[in-house]
Amino acid sequence: MFAPVYLDWNATTPLDPLVRAAMLPWLDARFGNASSRHEYGRQARAAIDEARARVAAAVGAHPTEVIFTSCGSEANNLFIKGAAALMKPGLVAISAIEHPCVREPAKQLRRGGWSLREIAVDAAGRIDGDDWKAVLEAKPSLVSVMLANNETGVLQDVAALARDARTAGAWFHSDAVQALGKIPVDFRALGVHAMTFSGHKIGGPLGVGALVIDKRIELAPLIAGGGQERGLRSGTENVAAIVGFGAACEHATARLEDEARRLAGLRDRLEAGLIASGMRIFSVDTPRLPNTTFFAADGFDGETLVAKLDRAGFACASGSACSSANPEPSHTLLAMGVEHEAARGAVRVSLGRDTTLTDVEGFLAAFERLTNQLNNLTAMAVQS
Amino acid sequence: MLKFPIYLDYSATTPVDPRVAQAMIPWLTEHFGNPASRSHAYGWEAEKAVEDAREQVARLVNADAKEIVWTSGATESNNLAIKGAAQFYKGKGKHIITLKTEHKAVLDTFRELERQGFEATYLDVQENGLVDLSALKDAIRPDTILVSVMFVNNEIGVVQPIAQIGEICREKGIVFHVDAAQATGKVEIDLQTLKVDLMSFSAHKTYGPKGIGALYVRRKPRARLEAQMHGGGHERGLRSGTLATHQIVGMGEAFRIAREEMKTENERVGALRDRLMKGLQDIDATYINGDVEHRVPHNLNISFAYVEGESLIMAIKDVAVSSGSACTSASLEPSYVLRALGRNDELAHSSIRFTIGRFTTEEEVDYTIDLLHKKIGKLRELSPLWEMVQDGVDLDSVQWAAH
Amino acid sequence: MAYSEKVLDHYENPRNVGAFGKEDEGVGTGMVGAPACGDVMKLQIKVGKDGVIEDAKFKTYGCGSAIASSSLVTEWVKGKTVEQALEIKNTQIAEELALPPVKIHCSILAEDAIKAAVADYKKKQG
Repeated sequence: MFAPVYLDWNATTPLDPLVRAAMLPWLDARFGNASSRHEYGRQARAAIDEARARVAAAVGAHPTEVIFTSCGSEANNLFIKGAAALMKPGLVAISAIEHPCVREPAKQLRRGGWSLREIAVDAAGRIDGDDWKAVLEAKPSLVSVMLANNETGVLQDVAALARDARTAGAWFHSDAVQALGKIPVDFRALGVHAMTFSGHKIGGPLGVGALVIDKRIELAPLIAGGGQERGLRSGTENVAAIVGFGAACEHATARLEDEARRLAGLRDRLEAGLIASGMRIFSVDTPRLPNTTFFAADGFDGETLVAKLDRAGFACASGSACSSANPEPSHTLLAMGVEHEAARGAVRVSLGRDTTLTDVEGFLAAFERLTNQLNNLTAMAVQS
Repeated sequence: MLKFPIYLDYSATTPVDPRVAQAMIPWLTEHFGNPASRSHAYGWEAEKAVEDAREQVARLVNADAKEIVWTSGATESNNLAIKGAAQFYKGKGKHIITLKTEHKAVLDTFRELERQGFEATYLDVQENGLVDLSALKDAIRPDTILVSVMFVNNEIGVVQPIAQIGEICREKGIVFHVDAAQATGKVEIDLQTLKVDLMSFSAHKTYGPKGIGALYVRRKPRARLEAQMHGGGHERGLRSGTLATHQIVGMGEAFRIAREEMKTENERVGALRDRLMKGLQDIDATYINGDVEHRVPHNLNISFAYVEGESLIMAIKDVAVSSGSACTSASLEPSYVLRALGRNDELAHSSIRFTIGRFTTEEEVDYTIDLLHKKIGKLRELSPLWEMVQDGVDLDSVQWAAH
Repeated sequence: MAYSEKVLDHYENPRNVGAFGKEDEGVGTGMVGAPACGDVMKLQIKVGKDGVIEDAKFKTYGCGSAIASSSLVTEWVKGKTVEQALEIKNTQIAEELALPPVKIHCSILAEDAIKAAVADYKKKQG
């Protein structure tokens, strides 16, 4: 395959070669089922324990608080449905910009007598203070607010939100899938009750995620069976992916500070060029992930731009990967009050480990060329 | 050269076939896209790989690719099928039926449904481990909505009469789910013929990777389910969550190999199993658990009387096998499957499941036969029970000191 | 389950396996446990005229810890008087073999086996 420059690191990341090396033995000679009592099984069990300790260390939790799942979506489903199943129906409050894998399970709770409330965000994509107060007064039982948004990269003040939620007597969950490896994440310091992480967003493999959860919270499992993961997630453990997740956590957090600084430098260069081309960057003055730029310009269609960029050799996204089959404009932008027309033009560029200054400059040059072409076409259309 | 411990636990998990690993590697290297990314070639090629693999899985069981839904494994497939169907059809009735010898993934799901207000029947099996079809018919009520029976039992390897059960269920309009985790590549599965509505598959029992499975959902007549995991709407809304391309590719390749090679492989494996069976039956007071005829060629489950289970496992640590007792941290629980066959606790404890596979050699089998002869001999020499039996004492007549 | 070195040693090389004739003079036989519980221990002592245990034999149906516990006590009772043998406590056995908590019952069974063998010996002595 002709390899385009990959600028869609928030959708998924290439596997870190060090992670791949850690995984391969578990797809080869070390193939045991971790529930087996013989040597093959004990090796697998030990590897899972070690990976669990690594994930816990990377996110400031205790290893017994880590429950491995098959992906971030499953971890979000597990918390929301699993916690709700053992509570009296009440109010579940989620931010208006959550990923569908938080929003959809929260909607499901309504069938069991729960009410669902979305917490409004302001024009910059941050939780709206007044609406948050109103939500707290409504005494929610469950609250979920993502740490970093997948599209804009905007960070929420999760520590403060979690403190408020605790005071109001709610369990507070945060989807931190996009934050891990890009900013420091500390489960204990943030004071949340539960958090979701995913392997493939941090240089680890697809097929593994984790719910980190305060053990005081009782959960009903989504998947019943052999009783793995303290009975909270049955099914034969995906040893290779779990080992890969552990290794990815270790590598991603070890170089986090330098890497974040480097990515922010590239991102600033990118944004300077885009602004010069007349693009509008969403949430540009708001605390954001260092790797994410979400932008649009009036009169451009995001889908068209992204398709043209792909042909020019740059892979980026027009919306979040999961919903990009969906022609609806970005849910996040609409929640921020961005007008429909501008939201349809949105393009997301997300950088990562392999991104270089050359990539960014190449992207800007291609982008300039494409937008000029599109402008000329529009101008010609107007003339005729 | 023998490599220790000798792996004879292919029903717990199988090694990834090197050809499968080869097929997976590119998807762990340069082809890393998210199959849901629609805006660039990284996503498209991943999506194509996922669809090619879906076709391979469908072909092994003679289904349509559109009937295959990816999951994280057979446990999730079983949960999705059973809860999903029960919840969808609960307006029609609340009664569900399964066997006492099913895998925990089915039994625990049934128990959860009981807590939700469903009524469950757990059918006894016959002494040979097979379902009694007339007992099944008798258990069916007007409000029965779901029957779940495993194709091949994981402990004793017996093959249930899926075709006949399918006829019974179809006639009564009852959804029929089959856990086929232990069946793929071992028995022919033809979903054009079998009247099965839902079927669970696992990759890692058939030389594919862990962490990936699938659920077959019949289209004609259409089986309906309620999704259990919600989000981005992947897998036509039945199972949200980013698809793990490398694992899916691995499952596709594993099932392709199974389809192409199962006939010759089953002959070879069956011959090795028969050799093992013959070799071990030379030992006095051994009992084979489960029907010998209606059985996959890979499995031998055998009890050795007058030998205690845990010391037996300790004695044969050169072979990696499963024993008839699930080890919880504190105590030994005898296998519920063997108990359902009517075996007493001692025989359940002293049972060993040998499962043979693609990479097992004749030399390994012969070594195992020899090892078992020696170790059983030694343990019996140590056993006061064996001594009493040799002296003609009927153990059942002994008044054991209560302890 | 991780076994201690000493358990493994007794399990691999059990001492004093075998049997005396039950009716032989000076022999006391103790059988404790039940198959359904997963452990049966048979301990035999051969006591000299001076009341000192000259020899001991055992057979055990049970886990590695049960085999090791009974093997160990056959060594310990030899050379002791029957009264001294009765002073052997399960805690000493458990400590010597570094038995984990879930295996303490094996050492209790071994202590009971000594008591049963001595009682049988005394009964035969009248």
